[in-house]
Amino acid sequence: MIEAQRYVLHVNGQPHEVGDAWIGESLLYVLRERLGMLGSKGACEQGECGSCSVMVDGELVCSCLVLAASAVGQEVITIEGIAAIGSPTDVQRAFVECGAVQCGFCTPGLIMAAHALLERTPQPTDSEIREELSGNICRCTGYGRIIEAVQRVAAARTDPQ
Amino acid sequence: MSTATREGVISGRLGDSPPRPDGIAKVQGSFAFSGDLSADGFLWGATLRSPHPYARILRIDVSRAWRIDGVATVITAEDVPGKPTYGLISSDQPVFATDVVRYVGEPIAAVAADHPETCRRALEAIVVEYEVLTPLTDPECAIDGSHPPIHPSGNVIRHQRIVRGDQSLVGEVVVEGTYEIGMQDQAFLGLEAALAMPDPGGTGVDLFVATQWLHEDRAQIAACLDLAPEKVRLTLGGVGGAFGAREDISLQVHACLLALRTSRPVRIAYSREESFLGHVHRHPATIWMRHHATSAGVIQRIEARMVFDGGAYASTSSAVLINGITHTQGPYKCLNATVDGYAVRTNNLPCGAMRGFGVVQACFAHEGQMDKLAAACGLDAVEIRLLNAMETGDTLITGQTIENVAPVADCIRLTAALPLPGTPVGGIDGDPLHLPGGAGLTADASHIRRGIGWGVAIKNLMYSESFDDYSTARCRLADGVASLKFATSEVGQGFVVLAQQIARSVLGVDDVVLEPIDTTIGSAGSTSASRQTWMSGGAVDGACRLVRERLFEHVGAQNDIDPVRLAIDGRDVVDTMGSLRVPVSTASAGLVWEETFEHHHRPTEELDENGQGNCHTAFAFVAHRAVVDVDPELGLVKVVQIATAQDVGVALNPMSVLGQIEGGIAQGLGLAVMEEIILTNGVVRNASFTDYLLPTMLDMPTVAATMIEQPDPMAPLGAKGVGEPPCISSTPAIVAAIRDAIGRDLTRVPVRPADICLP
Repeated sequence: MIEAQRYVLHVNGQPHEVGDAWIGESLLYVLRERLGMLGSKGACEQGECGSCSVMVDGELVCSCLVLAASAVGQEVITIEGIAAIGSPTDVQRAFVECGAVQCGFCTPGLIMAAHALLERTPQPTDSEIREELSGNICRCTGYGRIIEAVQRVAAARTDPQ
Repeated sequence: MSTATREGVISGRLGDSPPRPDGIAKVQGSFAFSGDLSADGFLWGATLRSPHPYARILRIDVSRAWRIDGVATVITAEDVPGKPTYGLISSDQPVFATDVVRYVGEPIAAVAADHPETCRRALEAIVVEYEVLTPLTDPECAIDGSHPPIHPSGNVIRHQRIVRGDQSLVGEVVVEGTYEIGMQDQAFLGLEAALAMPDPGGTGVDLFVATQWLHEDRAQIAACLDLAPEKVRLTLGGVGGAFGAREDISLQVHACLLALRTSRPVRIAYSREESFLGHVHRHPATIWMRHHATSAGVIQRIEARMVFDGGAYASTSSAVLINGITHTQGPYKCLNATVDGYAVRTNNLPCGAMRGFGVVQACFAHEGQMDKLAAACGLDAVEIRLLNAMETGDTLITGQTIENVAPVADCIRLTAALPLPGTPVGGIDGDPLHLPGGAGLTADASHIRRGIGWGVAIKNLMYSESFDDYSTARCRLADGVASLKFATSEVGQGFVVLAQQIARSVLGVDDVVLEPIDTTIGSAGSTSASRQTWMSGGAVDGACRLVRERLFEHVGAQNDIDPVRLAIDGRDVVDTMGSLRVPVSTASAGLVWEETFEHHHRPTEELDENGQGNCHTAFAFVAHRAVVDVDPELGLVKVVQIATAQDVGVALNPMSVLGQIEGGIAQGLGLAVMEEIILTNGVVRNASFTDYLLPTMLDMPTVAATMIEQPDPMAPLGAKGVGEPPCISSTPAIVAAIRDAIGRDLTRVPVRPADICLP
């Protein structure tokens, strides 16, 4: 049996007690395996692909690179905290409508990154979209539809017709 | 080039681009991928793998692993109750190695424990003593017999020649070259993962797994478990991409064995490093070609020798080889050919299916040759290709006649008609992000050179050489709602939305329910070979049409009308020769019709000893034009634009087709300038996303795409598969563009910085 730890994480506005955890567990592992929040995905374990992107104290981070125990006292927002099931955000709807989703494994991370981008830069240029989202690898789409989805949201937020 | 006018009130029919049914769940993170599946009381499974490319196993001692608290079981080859080996074409790969390991990463043992960290410690505690042997890593040594057999089946997996026409013809113009293709990884994002649930008493097992072909998996798993196939029930776990890497068995047998052994549910989830070791890759290949042509540039004869490195186990190597050699000529007329092809066994990583399946390799070589031929004949890249462009009715070097729509010249002309990028050489407004290498890495923007290159491809669709890769679908119409059942693996390509579109179009319904994708219906064949739109699309269409016949018979009988006069118009059944119009929902109220349909493609033949035979089912075509900016000093490449025109038959879902085009091009770009699994003496050097580079949003250019819609009379819905062609000729187009920019004869992919900047 491995060494047990106990701590509290604040995720999506709620405190979550974590018990019997191994100290080496990543935030991604604890979110998924201990708190049952399966929306964040693991695909590289090295912070290269962005599939596990979450917000920690307002910063977009790769949750696979954060030790869960080090996130104590910080506010974590995951894909589950972006919108209630059945009430997708404008970004989420645009991804579906524009064909930005194929296998969908990179998608939650990209949704997190796209929200962060549009918060910071409401009217991003093509270059800004590409640079800001270049930390999220998608193997299916070739990115064209993802860029279109982000552009569509940016345009709609300016002109909510 | 037609865009059909679509009438009717139902949205989401064929030709539309309705939202995919799994889309909202995927963007909200609630879609269950195979790695998200869990069960009460489950254990984690993990696999011990060989660190050596070739070694004799002297001793395996698992006793220390058993003693670790939290470990539930440890299994090795001795614990495999049935067949000790598996494989797609030949069953030559051990479930666990016994006497010998033949590649780095070969499974030796597996454990089940309460935590991934416990599993890691247990694997570390297993002692394996090896006698390290000299690995066979050079495919030529497999052919020339200089290395002893590394497997009872020998070192040559398949040798096949193609001999056609005049064997002594020498052209007025002769060009030759040797081309190398590196080992590419499919690099799907969703790592291998499965959940195995044992029946009480170990009499059967349920497996939830991300795979491309449920029924083939089941057959192989059942044989290894010594269970009847019906005792092994597979359900598709959400699949995070596939691209060929999920066609072979990886963790399936291990997960089931651990679950049966412990009588508890078992989850296995590979790490990225393990994924690189645990699935097959695109075959590295060396291809020599010599083209003979008239001085005007007409191809007369092609000589070629192709060597595909299959790695340690056969997987689909023999079929990959056949695809390679039978596509030697590319989409060009050629009457005479001499081709020698080998798929060989080495102690490198096993290779098998990856998007393009042997044709990627052949295309890189034949397109390099076409540019050499153009230069030798004083033609440009477009002229030489149009001059030789294949047409319907042409005979291939296998003797097979092209019966499909074959708009090769249209692909080339319509690609050429797409506007070149407006961006200036070196990027936009001095923004360094548009420079090769991106911000801060470019030596001198004024030294950047632009190049333009071409690639054109032919790709076979469906399986070949007498394989009957049929697909099964069931349609049920009850009270105006259709439901569909099939075992077609949805891997991201969007078959689930296409199936709904078919049912709406055929039956005039709005609501189409999709039943779980599992083995409780007949096989759908593999989601590979660009085949599911044709095969499973044909099966769903067939099942829906059978149900529609029942509906028409019913309406006809009720109204005393010959059913052949009835048709679907929007949501209604209408009498084409009268005034009857009755809603499908009304006509089917209180009634249930259910029909199952198997779609088989026409039979194909095996190649004879001279490589002659109607071995392929159908063909599709595509052209790519690449524009690149190259920094010749640092050897960095920025792909500025890809233009493409693709023969799609009919764009049944234009948004999905565009997604396949753009996504395939990204993988072709990856092979051209970034992606390679590097092996040194059989040892993998870069099994991670830090060291194996994949295209990001900054690497991927704008794609200008034209879909050529010429319905194929042979295809059930007129539509050709569109998944593979985009990744085939995009690679040679990019390399040709780099050659054009720097004037160097690049013969290897991926093109590395040193290939560009060092003489």
